[in-house]
Amino acid sequence: MTNTANPGNPGNPGNGGDGRATSPLTPVLTRRWLSPRSWTLRTYEQLEGYVALRRALAAHPDQLIQLIKDSGLRGRGGAGFPTGLKWGFIPQNDGKPHYLVVNADEGEPGTCKDVPLMMADPHSLIEGIVIASYAIRANFAAIYVRGEVLHCIRRLHAAVREAYDAGYLGRNILGSGFDLDVVVHAGAGAYICGEETALLDSLEGKRGQPRLKPPFPATEGLYASPTVVNNVETIASVPYVVLGGAPWFRAMGTEKSPGPKIYSISGHVERPGQYEAPMGATLRELLELAGGMKGGVPLKFWTPGGSSTPLFTREHLDVPLDFEGAAAAGSMLGTTAVQVFNETVSVPWAVMKWTEFYKHESCGKCTPCREGTYWLVQILRRMLAGEGTPADIETLLDICDNILGRSFCALGDGATSPITSAIRYFRHEFVELCERNQPARQATETALAGAH
Amino acid sequence: MNTAGAAGGPPSAPGAATAQGTPDTIDTGVFDEETRTRAKEIAARYPRSRSALLPMLHLVQSVEGHVSQAGVAFCAEQLDLSFAEVSAVATFYTMYKRRPCGEHLVSVCTNTLCAVLGGDAIYRRLATYLGSDGRPLGHEETAGEPGAPGSVTLEHAECLAACDLAPVLQVNYEFFDNQTPESALELVKELRAGGRPQPTRGAPLTDFRQAELQLAGFFTGRESDVDGPSAAPETVRGARIANERQWTAPPMPDEAPLPDLPEKK
Repeated sequence: MTNTANPGNPGNPGNGGDGRATSPLTPVLTRRWLSPRSWTLRTYEQLEGYVALRRALAAHPDQLIQLIKDSGLRGRGGAGFPTGLKWGFIPQNDGKPHYLVVNADEGEPGTCKDVPLMMADPHSLIEGIVIASYAIRANFAAIYVRGEVLHCIRRLHAAVREAYDAGYLGRNILGSGFDLDVVVHAGAGAYICGEETALLDSLEGKRGQPRLKPPFPATEGLYASPTVVNNVETIASVPYVVLGGAPWFRAMGTEKSPGPKIYSISGHVERPGQYEAPMGATLRELLELAGGMKGGVPLKFWTPGGSSTPLFTREHLDVPLDFEGAAAAGSMLGTTAVQVFNETVSVPWAVMKWTEFYKHESCGKCTPCREGTYWLVQILRRMLAGEGTPADIETLLDICDNILGRSFCALGDGATSPITSAIRYFRHEFVELCERNQPARQATETALAGAH
Repeated sequence: MNTAGAAGGPPSAPGAATAQGTPDTIDTGVFDEETRTRAKEIAARYPRSRSALLPMLHLVQSVEGHVSQAGVAFCAEQLDLSFAEVSAVATFYTMYKRRPCGEHLVSVCTNTLCAVLGGDAIYRRLATYLGSDGRPLGHEETAGEPGAPGSVTLEHAECLAACDLAPVLQVNYEFFDNQTPESALELVKELRAGGRPQPTRGAPLTDFRQAELQLAGFFTGRESDVDGPSAAPETVRGARIANERQWTAPPMPDEAPLPDLPEKK
């Protein structure tokens, strides 16, 4: 299998004449994934690799920032912040070193797009890093990748070495006078380090705990210097925006959420996997590509973008999965980690498992998150063990209310999402869980009363 | 914020002593010259040396199979930090093991999605098999003498970013995808017997310590590991469908002009 698509060839339009009409799948970031040894510089260069870099280095950095603004590219790590705006926040001529940090700490439950991207096509990330660093005038960039994905780390190290040897990194890159060093930095197993300020503390060799904002990383990031922190998929999109231009990028997706996006479909579907579609795809469309529900067992609930995004149900099959569409329907786009669960799965059980995760990963800095997740787990375990009461449901909601918005970072907020959304859509399951266990409970109380 | 750190005073000043001792009183002789050279190489990668602490703790684990008191002291002396500063970091992160690890570390994802597809059952099956005296092996406990051939440390892991391949487990951080309790049991039996089964995605298995050396950024002699398989059918499903149906992104223009230089405000 060789080049799967050839966006540079105008003789291969792929679509009809309508500029807005796009195919159900639009491989851009994933278009080299079928190529043999796609991770090598040789393959990358054969498939237009580092062409965008040459073009970028011939431009003024501010033109590139403007290009990214014009493209409408928004952060692919979950929050959807406009990337060009973020780059534009970096103060220039301030006499301080600037840094680019790539957030490759992929760990949001359900999320599995960045790791395959970095394994299959690490050079697209590196090319994006050089362009972004040139735009924000950074001479040092770090890829903070979670430690558990060793093979991905190997690929990144090898690609960085190749890029140095070929003159795409190091001193005077391609004769432009621009210098850049890139380090691949392995984390050590802490979900919280996906939060950008915790990531920066971790990269500074400290415990990964979030910082109070402001100051924001744009002014005081790594080593208290101006820093851009961007997700892998965001930075890997940059070379394509440079090659294709803003109107090309905007021909995919929606007006406010343009571009292609890797949707990761997992769970009870026939063909789980990575599907790169224009932003705004719906679960109905994605399910069709993924062969439908596994064994035909009906859908019960799903996450649009990881466990920190409020659950959706079968009522939400046609919600456009872009930043606006997911939010308007009461959730968030998150990381487009679409976890699909069928009718056999107990919602309170799923919620308990996720809550155990948040409790384990809470860094302990903020009391509402640290203590709240601890009690949430206790209550959910009790309910699942048949010791719950209907009052527990209100207690869960009350604790969530005391966590949401009351911690430094979004981990606490995320921990409440599965619980509050599950109770919103599936309260009866929690109630049933308690009611079913009432007789047993009363019997226990009677037995205890008789023990006096 | 969190900038206090090592800023004030010499790190090993009097008063920094702990019950475990100071870097001066703990023997770090277990770390040979090669390891010390590597530690210095790590520190040189960063604008500020303290950034080297996480990879250096991986380096320490590659030597000892866990982060010992000597390991903490070694990092402290290499980076001019206090024992407490290093210890605080070493105890924060899940991947730094406080007790000696087995030859192999088996990590089973038991987060919701893997769990519902069998991850919990896999973990239970392995814990039961690796346990002794009727007691299942606990989280981060080791079957066999830690470090000895065939010894296995078992842990339940949080989401390992391979949900389309669920349920997954890792051995020394190499992926074994689409597992069942039966396949996982066979895998662990093979490890206990000294075998090195081939991961679904990743390099040929070595051991936990070699994996930690690579996490620290050292690949000498293992350069071919990079060519281990990475793309499962699930990974490339979307790309393959698009290819078969000739679905592509819109064509790019031959030359996309860059925007004009914005006027200075």
